[in-house]
Amino acid sequence: MFVDAKPFMPTANLQVSHSGRTQAQPKRKRISGERILPPLILVPSMAAIITFVYVFILITVWVSLSRWGTLRIDWRLRDPLFQAYVQMFAMPRWHADLRNVLVFTVLFLSVSIGFGLLLALLLDRRLLGYTLFRNIFLFPYALSFIVTGIAWRWIFNPETGINLLFDGLGINRWLVSIGSAPFRPGWTTDPGVLFSINDSLGHIFPAVRNLSVHLGIPIALIPVVVAASWQLTGFAMSMYIAGLATVPNELREAARIDGATEFQVYTKVVLPLLRPVTVSTAIILGHVSLKIFDLIFAMTGVGPGFATDVPGIFVFDMTFKATRYNLGAAASIVMLLLVAIVIVPYLWRNLRRN
Amino acid sequence: MHLKMRFCSPVVAFASFFALVQAPLSSQAAGEKKLEVFSWWTSGGEAAALDALFTVYKKQYPGVEIINATVAGGGGSAARPVLQTRLAGGNPPDTWQSHPGWELLGQYVEPGYCEAITELYQSDGWDKAFPKALVDLMTKDGKTYGVLAGVHRGNDLWFNKQLLEKNGITVGDTMSFDQFFAACDKLKAAGIPALGVGDSGIWASAQLFENTLLGVVGGQGWIDLFGGKMKWDDPKVKEAMKYFAKMQDYLNPDHSALSWDQAIGALIEGKVAFSSMGDWADGEFIKANKKENVDFGWVSHPGTDGSFIIVADGFTLAKGAPHKDATIAWLKSIGSKEAQEAFNPLKGSIPARTDVDKSKFDGYHQWSMKSFATNTLLPSCVHGEAAPAAFQQALNDAVTAFIVDKNVDNFANALVQAAKESESNK
Repeated sequence: MFVDAKPFMPTANLQVSHSGRTQAQPKRKRISGERILPPLILVPSMAAIITFVYVFILITVWVSLSRWGTLRIDWRLRDPLFQAYVQMFAMPRWHADLRNVLVFTVLFLSVSIGFGLLLALLLDRRLLGYTLFRNIFLFPYALSFIVTGIAWRWIFNPETGINLLFDGLGINRWLVSIGSAPFRPGWTTDPGVLFSINDSLGHIFPAVRNLSVHLGIPIALIPVVVAASWQLTGFAMSMYIAGLATVPNELREAARIDGATEFQVYTKVVLPLLRPVTVSTAIILGHVSLKIFDLIFAMTGVGPGFATDVPGIFVFDMTFKATRYNLGAAASIVMLLLVAIVIVPYLWRNLRRN
Repeated sequence: MHLKMRFCSPVVAFASFFALVQAPLSSQAAGEKKLEVFSWWTSGGEAAALDALFTVYKKQYPGVEIINATVAGGGGSAARPVLQTRLAGGNPPDTWQSHPGWELLGQYVEPGYCEAITELYQSDGWDKAFPKALVDLMTKDGKTYGVLAGVHRGNDLWFNKQLLEKNGITVGDTMSFDQFFAACDKLKAAGIPALGVGDSGIWASAQLFENTLLGVVGGQGWIDLFGGKMKWDDPKVKEAMKYFAKMQDYLNPDHSALSWDQAIGALIEGKVAFSSMGDWADGEFIKANKKENVDFGWVSHPGTDGSFIIVADGFTLAKGAPHKDATIAWLKSIGSKEAQEAFNPLKGSIPARTDVDKSKFDGYHQWSMKSFATNTLLPSCVHGEAAPAAFQQALNDAVTAFIVDKNVDNFANALVQAAKESESNK
């Protein structure tokens, strides 16, 4: 389930909650061996997690505050201390990155969860070819983001990709014949931004007017959303299929007996029961989306005018290309906070429930 | 694995961990005859050129086993993280590929990752064979830290000769900006994008700007600019930015979806007429069986005649190299006439030595060698030689933004700011 999610944090958390449970149980047992054994077994993995996750997070925080801005490792703290963060939040590229990752997350989650639910509901009717289609929809999930990125880069190349299809189908000939321009979008090469809200937001926050970045939906990001959704809609679908299987048939029948239409059975009974599935899917896809790197690196890179740049690529460029380790570390801490905003409330809820 | 790392500190700690594990192994290995060469030369011509260096080395110093530690990825994007990790973790390869100038001296020598090889320049007579401007790019406080295998020329303007002839354009021995834009207008009127760029990795556009900048400020201006005597918001720099903005009107519309070699491919097919690119482009023409001065031609980028932007490849000696003797032999071999003559025709560069047999090279490279011997030699910024990596990245970022917003003041201010920041990071 976490194959593509690169489970840095999640494994850690699974282990932690597991240990919480085992500590609570042995209190009643009197045999000392059984009391000591579980913690003893857990100590190595706990130690590894503390070192390789939490200590390293602290080291990264330290690096982000340090003077390590070349290949010479320099642990001395900077004065002023938060200069790397100040510099980063002054960079137009970083503004574009934050805009992109938020826009991408919203679009990607809506598309893949929306279509995932739709496909699951269609398959729920057990029509002909149920197994075949379920597998077909799930297949893209088996690919790596790099493969997806390269394939979709070719598809959205404005000279050789999908635009040739519009020509071939005669759509463009028809458009020209009725006197309008042919449909040849630049896709990933288009630096434009749709629905820019700088002006309207400028009435409320005058500082927005000074931004060199347009707040809106970068056009070049749309093909990336298509590619990412293509890959992960199947995953959302399988989550919903699993969720639908847990909805007891008795409930549906009861609703029907009470005179509900088939549409009402879904909107009033099934969908409300699927809410936990939606939350889990959104969390899993959300943290994939906030940390995304490989798909965009393979498909568009930073894009025209940073239209598809994301914090993950920023960290890579600043750390290894510019050798500004402190800046790269600062950006990764901000990424960690973004992911934490999504995941921590979810974990908190789960912990309280347990 | 390294691409997926979200935090840089784990990388360093992992490296130190592996360094600890490997330390006893490498000290055992010191007795054996081995040599680890780290590079990112994996594509066709590059790999063949590296292999030629190995062949010469094996002939000159038989009995040494070469560990070819290449990491694939254009321009070393994947290799550099690996190299940086190994250096920081105290587990260096014996020798690695580096550009001269800032990349060598600022990045590797300053933190103490390299050992000087000054004595080789006397013992092997290199001080007479290599141009002084080139050796200076590898020298700090009187000590020299590397040897160059070959030199590329960065400021070339390539063109599809037949396409130009068809449109009534002739190119002389030099070209001015006026001539260039006149030709572009003619081509635009004929519906042809004049200038081919493939900047999916933004550096190709940064290089077009670099060449244009040199065309305006000239050789002395270049030295003043990177020496801090001229500011990045100087009127001359802004003039270059305006030229660069004007060039955007003549670009192939899909430039941000192409890589540099695909842009040269478009030139070969006659989809675009010009392309400003270093002479590694020459290999693409040869691969496509195109004849020089018949199918394609070249001239110095507008305004840059008399200057030679160096994009050179050299090798280092690691401090604490596990196989020091074999590495010194490797560097001696690279500096030898035999190796330079074997390596460069395959790599598409010219020898860093000026005393080699010119007859082994094609027409373009003989032209380049002549230019190398007579022109002002200048370090490239886009290829990490003229300025720190932080500035190089900032230039790439500023170019990315400028291509879209074409705001000269923002561009200049971003570079002024970057120069200040990279100064404080030194």
